Amino acid sequence: MIEARSLSKRFHDKKRGEISAVGNVSFTCRPGSIYGLLGANGAGKTTTLRMLATILEPSGGTALVFGHDVVEDPEKVRASVGFLSTATALYPRLTAQEMVEYFGRLNGLDESTLKKRIDDIFDRLDMNSFRDRRCDKLSTGMKQKTSIARTLVHDPPVMIFDEPTLGLDIMAARTIVAFIRECRQAGKTVILSTHVMSEVEKLCDVIGIIHNGALLAEGTPTSLREKYQEKDLEEIFVKVVTTHVAPHAGVEVS
Amino acid sequence: MSARNIGIVYRKELLEALRDRRTLISTILVPILLFPILTVGLGFVIADLIEQADREPARIMILGGTDSPGIVSNLAKSKNLIVVSEPANYVDLISNKKIRAAVEIPPGLQSGAGTDFAPVKIYMYSGDLKSTTAAKRIEDFFNDYRDNLARDRLTVQKLPASFLKPFVIKQQNVVSAEKVAGETVGGIITYLVIIMCLTGAMYPAMDLTAGEKERATMETILSSPISRTHLVLGKFLLVLTASLVTAALSVTSMGVSSWVIQHFQDQSSGSAMHIKIGLGAVLAVFLVALPLAVMFSAALLTIALFAKSYKEAQSYISPLMIVVVVPAIAAMLPGIELTPRLSLVPILNVSLLCKDLIAGNYHWNSIALIFLSTCLYGGAAIFIAVKMFHRESVLFRS
Repeated sequence: MIEARSLSKRFHDKKRGEISAVGNVSFTCRPGSIYGLLGANGAGKTTTLRMLATILEPSGGTALVFGHDVVEDPEKVRASVGFLSTATALYPRLTAQEMVEYFGRLNGLDESTLKKRIDDIFDRLDMNSFRDRRCDKLSTGMKQKTSIARTLVHDPPVMIFDEPTLGLDIMAARTIVAFIRECRQAGKTVILSTHVMSEVEKLCDVIGIIHNGALLAEGTPTSLREKYQEKDLEEIFVKVVTTHVAPHAGVEVS
Repeated sequence: MSARNIGIVYRKELLEALRDRRTLISTILVPILLFPILTVGLGFVIADLIEQADREPARIMILGGTDSPGIVSNLAKSKNLIVVSEPANYVDLISNKKIRAAVEIPPGLQSGAGTDFAPVKIYMYSGDLKSTTAAKRIEDFFNDYRDNLARDRLTVQKLPASFLKPFVIKQQNVVSAEKVAGETVGGIITYLVIIMCLTGAMYPAMDLTAGEKERATMETILSSPISRTHLVLGKFLLVLTASLVTAALSVTSMGVSSWVIQHFQDQSSGSAMHIKIGLGAVLAVFLVALPLAVMFSAALLTIALFAKSYKEAQSYISPLMIVVVVPAIAAMLPGIELTPRLSLVPILNVSLLCKDLIAGNYHWNSIALIFLSTCLYGGAAIFIAVKMFHRESVLFRS
């Protein structure tokens, strides 16, 4: 479970002064479902997810991730989370197995448990043929699988995906989409950010539309279609962001 | 748990460093090869050049000397001197290296009719090896001529040869070979240890911070449960290891190179250099340099963390080299001694102390003060590095 409570993030920019990237964002993601954070570039999606993963500290508000407070217990939060984004690259000079082992150890797994987990994940993701190959020699698809294995090694109950298919070819993107579905089936709490409408249609049980750092609308795809009288999610998105003009006006949860 | 996590990060960083060609070159290959190339290689090249200049006959010009035909004739017959007569100005000829030197013989030198104080002037190209060699040959010729002349005059006066040299002066070293080493090569060894502690840490520090940002692995590691303090300490230990390995290899390599040179010198001339550097002194130098390496490693990590890319990190770190080189060189200057006030100046204090240690001077109060103050500076540098790793504005600078 993820409960974001009035999450806010402000940055200081030398030229522009204080910038509010996210303002008073609150939402809830439940286990066994996928929450999609939908927004344009610069809307505040990545900042929100980074705060949930405790990579960034909130300027205001907080969030509970698997019962742990992101401000009070950031290390416990990270131990409960698998975080995957296009910015989470692999160490080029480690092999696929060493990469996954490293994160398993950092997550406190003992050597025998780690070995079992790695064997299981590598079998499941069909990674045995390249387990001893250095990450800088892997294809994009192999890299994606290694990143997935890295996030799964400690079997986290919460998965956070920040634009996970950005820049990937169709086959690599399909691997990721299938993996996200598996996470839902396994009963994990899943949140993903994207601006790709087809991905939202395919995957998300609940959608939150974020714009200028504010969560403007939230609901299931069906409830949003009913509320905005539109079948197409893209039209709904455009309608929401153009009708809500005030930036950082707080959260309007429908 | 904390030591375990630091160890996990350290082992991973070590594994990556050992697989990185650039780190291996800067940490292992350069210190091993630099000194044999600089000392043995360059030494042989210089020796060969000197030998070549010694063998080669030098073209010289005689100015005047028309009333000293015997001297001119003997000079022309001298080994490795070729007397030429050119119409051009001797200054131009020396400047253009057409001739190596010119000698002006004062009037009446041979007959003794000239004034007693008229000098024999040798014109040369200062700094040019072949010109210096030619001038030395001319000077040797005239020294011999003068000595023979004096001996002949003493014989005429029925005076002994010792009349001109009633006694001799001799200098005698009374201090130990360790002390001589401290004064002669102590400064260089100290400089070397300090600079190598810095350069050995440079590349890994940049790779582990700015390099991580550039390769987009910073966010990957920050999403793991390890605390940022443990993360930076694991990275710091790897940078420190690289720093100390580079310094140790440099000194070992220099020691081996010096031994090779000394061995060849002993074989060729039969003389031995009266310099001795004990293993204890070398270990003491490393012990004192340890907190300095800690300070360098932490400072480099902090500075490089500000950069977004490896190139940017290089531009930030380059000026640091000057900050370190100046106090490290200062210890090599003659006359600078360790005082209580200088004991608190970072880098310079270690530099002066190491020189003393090599000379076998163990002033325990200074050692304690310098070791503790450097530990304090090192600790402060680690503290700042940890603080910087907690700052989002530094980690995610855009």
